[in-house]
Amino acid sequence: MAKPLVAFYWCASCGGCEEAVVDLAEDILKVVDAVDIRLWPVAMDFKYKDIEAMPDNALAVSFINGAIRTEEQEHIAKLLRQKSQLVVAFGACAHLGGIPGLANVANKKEIFETAYKLTHTTANPKGVYPKTVTEIPQGKLTLPDFYDTVKSLDQTIDVDYYLPGCAPPPDLIMKAFTAILEGKLPEKGAVLTVDKALCETCERNKSKPDKLVIKEVKRISEVIADPEKCFLAEGIICLGPATRGGCGERCINANMPCRGCFGPTKEVKDMGAKFLSSLASIIDIDDEKEIEKVAKSVIDPIGLFYMYSLPSSILRRKQGVV
Amino acid sequence: MTEDSLPRIVGFLCKWCSYAGADLAGVSRLKMPASLVPIRVMCSSRVNPLFVLKAFLSGADGILVTGCHPGDCHYQDGNYYTRRRFALTQKIFKELGLEADRIRLSWISASEGKRFVDVVTEFTENLKTMGKNSIKAEIFL
Repeated sequence: MAKPLVAFYWCASCGGCEEAVVDLAEDILKVVDAVDIRLWPVAMDFKYKDIEAMPDNALAVSFINGAIRTEEQEHIAKLLRQKSQLVVAFGACAHLGGIPGLANVANKKEIFETAYKLTHTTANPKGVYPKTVTEIPQGKLTLPDFYDTVKSLDQTIDVDYYLPGCAPPPDLIMKAFTAILEGKLPEKGAVLTVDKALCETCERNKSKPDKLVIKEVKRISEVIADPEKCFLAEGIICLGPATRGGCGERCINANMPCRGCFGPTKEVKDMGAKFLSSLASIIDIDDEKEIEKVAKSVIDPIGLFYMYSLPSSILRRKQGVV
Repeated sequence: MTEDSLPRIVGFLCKWCSYAGADLAGVSRLKMPASLVPIRVMCSSRVNPLFVLKAFLSGADGILVTGCHPGDCHYQDGNYYTRRRFALTQKIFKELGLEADRIRLSWISASEGKRFVDVVTEFTENLKTMGKNSIKAEIFL
């Protein structure tokens, strides 16, 4: 029997998700044995035209990581959707928009200004910016268009399953592979992990006092966190209560608080608003002026509450700049 | 003035103080602009920031959250929760490029019918000068 055909693709991502596939270690041999990889730009030499030449639904599954930021990414995502029976949004950026999605606090113009002009290491006296078409004597050069707004994968194409995480842990990847190969898949649209908050499985939850109250918000860089104690009890913001579990608490075990890469649980529409709500409940200050102070001490609230989920929040982006 | 020229305010009124205050304004036959769509909640702390965002994206020009005066909460400290939540919500609002002045938190007790009218009137006037909520075009929920 012919092996199922598989594609991997990266959009606006850092490459960590590709690394996660390689992180399967020996298990990757089982994967390679069981499937026939037909596209994997980071590791293998296939051409887009090979995919274009395939009949529709020829690929059993496409794993797409990264958010959608450019015209090319959108094009390939749509192409893979057409050629695949299943599309899995692989990793936080495809799932929620991820770190690249934080660029939604700016627009194309501002990003180009910063990247190609304002940074100290950039010398660009002529003000040259990337253009979609550039005429040169030898002909036309083209670049894909750069969008104002970063989107998650499911805001661009229909997505069947989500593998959460930045990057997804190898055990979840392997479980997903096995489930797909054996055809034991949950209902469409499922996030392939548990549907409980991280605190549910967090070891440190045991150390949490009955009534969790904090007087001030501390940044992880300012204190040495007690490796046994609940971060929130120490005043360090940890997104555990609002984040889906199943990640194996890799950050917590490294004494770093959760930043929410697994996204919210199923019923939550807007992770940042949800967490904000829970945080406000544990700040034990009644004086109006003091509250202002605490609100001020939360530096970069968007980067904190929406670190991975700004494009999938209900506002999706900063308003009034595009 | 036509109905259309009035801003639309979604008001979350706590059952124990502010809603009773609004009732008092009614039975006292006090006049106020017909701009408020009142929603009764058990406590102002029931108002999730998402309610505010959703009302805003659905086209409300202003959001009014009202509760008992600090210290008077029917549930001891619900309104303190509200106040903290509101401070953070306002901050997020500003960071996301929304006009933070479109959301307002006020304490109105059951005996303050007049104050209820004043708050709604003043907020309506403020919103009139700010103009219509411009981001209601797209709703993603």
